[in-house]
Amino acid sequence: MTILQFFLWSLLKIIVVVVVFLLGVAYTVLLERKLVGRIQNRWGPSRVGPFGLLQPLVDGAKSFLKEDIIPSAVNRPLYLFAPVIALGCALISIGVVPFGSTAVNGPGGFHFFEIADINIGLLVILGITSIGVYGIALAGWASNNKYSLLGSLRASAQLVSYELALGLSLVGVVLRAGSLNLREIVENQSKHGILSWNLFGGFQFVAFFIYLMAAYAETNRSPFDLPEAESELAAGYHTEYSSMKFAMFFMAEYGNMINVGCVATLLFLGGWTSPFGNLIPLPQSFILQALLPIFWFTLKVFSFLFLYVWVRGTLPRFRYDQLMNFGWCYLMPLAILNIVATSLWLAYK
Amino acid sequence: MHLILFALFAALCLAGAVNLLFQTHPINSALSLIVVMTSLAVLYLLLGAEFLAAAQVIVYAGAIMVLFTFVVMLLNAGREERTLGSRAYWAVGFPAVAVLLAILATVVLHIQGLGSAAFGDSLSNQPGQTNLEQLSQVLFTNLLLPFEVTSVLILVAILGAVALARHTEPERTVGK
Repeated sequence: MTILQFFLWSLLKIIVVVVVFLLGVAYTVLLERKLVGRIQNRWGPSRVGPFGLLQPLVDGAKSFLKEDIIPSAVNRPLYLFAPVIALGCALISIGVVPFGSTAVNGPGGFHFFEIADINIGLLVILGITSIGVYGIALAGWASNNKYSLLGSLRASAQLVSYELALGLSLVGVVLRAGSLNLREIVENQSKHGILSWNLFGGFQFVAFFIYLMAAYAETNRSPFDLPEAESELAAGYHTEYSSMKFAMFFMAEYGNMINVGCVATLLFLGGWTSPFGNLIPLPQSFILQALLPIFWFTLKVFSFLFLYVWVRGTLPRFRYDQLMNFGWCYLMPLAILNIVATSLWLAYK
Repeated sequence: MHLILFALFAALCLAGAVNLLFQTHPINSALSLIVVMTSLAVLYLLLGAEFLAAAQVIVYAGAIMVLFTFVVMLLNAGREERTLGSRAYWAVGFPAVAVLLAILATVVLHIQGLGSAAFGDSLSNQPGQTNLEQLSQVLFTNLLLPFEVTSVLILVAILGAVALARHTEPERTVGK
């Protein structure tokens, strides 16, 4: 495969993945509105298209057409740059996520179902997540508004605190796989279907719980959505943003939800592998062999998103000191204990 | 390809460093420092040290600089007062910097010559091994003592910070 072919194939993959990802973001918003509606005993959006399915498109058009108001006292360059960082970081993470079977390869070991196969894939995702903080922090600071500033201060403190627990919770999985390559981590759990997933067979359910909590805090989602707590901070860091810039923050939030779901799927739920293992024989058709793993992957990410929305519809918001206490005094020691226990078990084995 | 990327990111790194010095607002300086850190990470990547690059981004750009910007925002630090400096600084400083750079450049060129750098002698460059495995092998065998002693150093620093920040009066406990 020549360089030009490689470049063109990669470009094609990037375009397809980004389009699917953004569609996923749009329909996650609809999923949330529908589900929260049903939890609160109402219908949710149901007027535009069948079952309200065209609602995301109309929402997008609305954000485009709204008046874009930039307050006069903002720090203009940073105010304009902040949503770009937020959305950019949300979009980059998906580039290292393998979402389909590795058995189906193109010429020269070319991977169809992953943009880049990097042997430190997990670290890349963590790094990009940690850069994503700046989007929120700068948005709040550049807006020159005290609600925004308080929101962004809360967000930075919360993200830095929970990143620790998040990173530590993943160490157990990395120890078991002996690699930071997402592909190898998935293949490590592919032997006996659901029994060899890290969540069940790997005894990483404590790590999964910590990851879940930390991920809710990292994406500023309920019950840890203090940076945008509307009862005390108006809308937090994006109070002064309108039109498409607000939509970019919105998309970044839901994009991060999907990313977190992808990472959880890869690390704890066996990635693209079937939960039934070898009980169901592999289909003969080449196309089915390629599509079935993608189906399982999507299903797992979907159930993770479903859980996200369910939690949002059920739990009230924490107080800020409770949030910090929980992160530092419970999650982090628990994560360290999990690492010690996993290492001891691996050494014993 | 490597040379082009190196030139691009080395230039970005230097531009960030110069911008860091010339900006008057602390936030802009902090952001320039982030640019420097991330371009350094790319340079590590070009040297084949991908784990180091990721650690650079996560630790420096992602954690330490977030705390920097956090403090700048929290204190709402204003613009810096700019002074031209005394004439003696200009007279002594620039020649001193030039001499230092010349010495460094001579030493580096003498040892290594113009060419691409190898990633250290301690790491065996076996094809099947990843960077991470090599690095951890060196860290936990040859360099075990310095590595563990460094963690004690960090612990001491943490304890010092806690001791400095602790309230002296026992009745003013927070969070009760």
